[in-house]
Amino acid sequence: MSEAPRDIENLIELMAKLPGLGPRSARRAVLHLIRKRGLLLAPLADAMHAVAVSARECITCGNVGTTEVCDICTSEKRATGELCVVEDVADLWAMERAGVFKGRYHVLGGTLSALDAIGPDELRIPKLVSRVGDENITEVILALNATVNGQTTAHYIAEELEGRCDVTSLAQGVPIGGELDYLDDGTITAALRARKRV
Amino acid sequence: MARMEWRDQGTLLSVRKHGETSVIIEVFTAEHGRHAGVVRGGVSRKIAPILQPGSQLDLVWRARLEEHIGAFTVEPVKSRAAAIMGDRNALAGLNAITALLSFALPEREAHPRLYTRSIAMLDLLAETPAWPVGYLQWELALLEELGYGLDLTACAVTGGAEDLAYVSPKSGRAVSAEGAGEWVDRLLPLPEELLGVVTQDLAGIPDGLRTTGYFLTHGLAHALGDRPLPEARARLVDRLSRRQAS
Repeated sequence: MSEAPRDIENLIELMAKLPGLGPRSARRAVLHLIRKRGLLLAPLADAMHAVAVSARECITCGNVGTTEVCDICTSEKRATGELCVVEDVADLWAMERAGVFKGRYHVLGGTLSALDAIGPDELRIPKLVSRVGDENITEVILALNATVNGQTTAHYIAEELEGRCDVTSLAQGVPIGGELDYLDDGTITAALRARKRV
Repeated sequence: MARMEWRDQGTLLSVRKHGETSVIIEVFTAEHGRHAGVVRGGVSRKIAPILQPGSQLDLVWRARLEEHIGAFTVEPVKSRAAAIMGDRNALAGLNAITALLSFALPEREAHPRLYTRSIAMLDLLAETPAWPVGYLQWELALLEELGYGLDLTACAVTGGAEDLAYVSPKSGRAVSAEGAGEWVDRLLPLPEELLGVVTQDLAGIPDGLRTTGYFLTHGLAHALGDRPLPEARARLVDRLSRRQAS
């Protein structure tokens, strides 16, 4: 027999599908929402409805926003001639959190993967190439993961853009606060190769 | 009931996400062949960097029953990807090797000789720019191990070991320039590199890949239900062919 009415069970089932939640934690979350109905549940429902209606992918960069072209792409201040290429929207948000990069972005939507049969046509690489020409891009910064798939994709893009603009990539090495003893040998190898004069 | 458990070393072929925190890895081991298993916590910051294709791992596999997928605990032995991440050709080579092994090998069947060759080939990627010659030899070893070996020791027509220039697509045997006769247009090229010779300019690599590619496609892939060869091999062939052309 079900412990809660059908509508609430339905909500619990949906919540349990969210990252980081399972059936028990979803049940706790729903119970908490119901107890804070005015303070949390109703505003959350309204916010989710609004996002469900308005959320869309930027047709230029692939970022998630509420307009056809996102705020970053429409901002004249961000037209610096620099374009940062990231794997997905979460990476774009991570870059924005750092607040250092002032140019525009391009979200690929994945990386080349032999295993999953993801080739260049499945990613937004053709769109990237056309943007470089259309937006007078002088430098493309490849902020892709330091994985085999990420770097394979980076090399592919670098070749596609050869002669069109400068192509750079993020440095690889010891993270801030990192201790050498806890680093894997691959990171230490990369860090040693990218050593700099102090 | 006895719990299934073994320990072995292997090289990582592929990683797939499994749920929120785990991954399913596929490894090629000396004694247990191509083997899959779950790594719990495989997406964590500590373990994810270890789980890159080509990494050499110390593995313990445990399962309740032999037919279960089971779970691995992994310890890093050697990371190969980091040493070649800046070299687009070597990285393409690593992708082709791991993808072909994943594509061609039957599960849980030991191939110790091919394992040894594969480990040596993966190490070679970071050691010498002449690794494409080793790669051709590795593809020949892969074909040999799976029953599609070529005989490049003597001419199928004259029996001589001199002046070998072609490979018969039918028999997989070498043919000399003299023995080729009027069939020359139907034969596949046999560059020196396919015989293991490291030439100055490695000019024969694309031809060698064309020949091994023929047998991989018409022999191995055909036997596997005409599945297309992994895209990673096509990308490697394309890259090495363009390098020779430029």
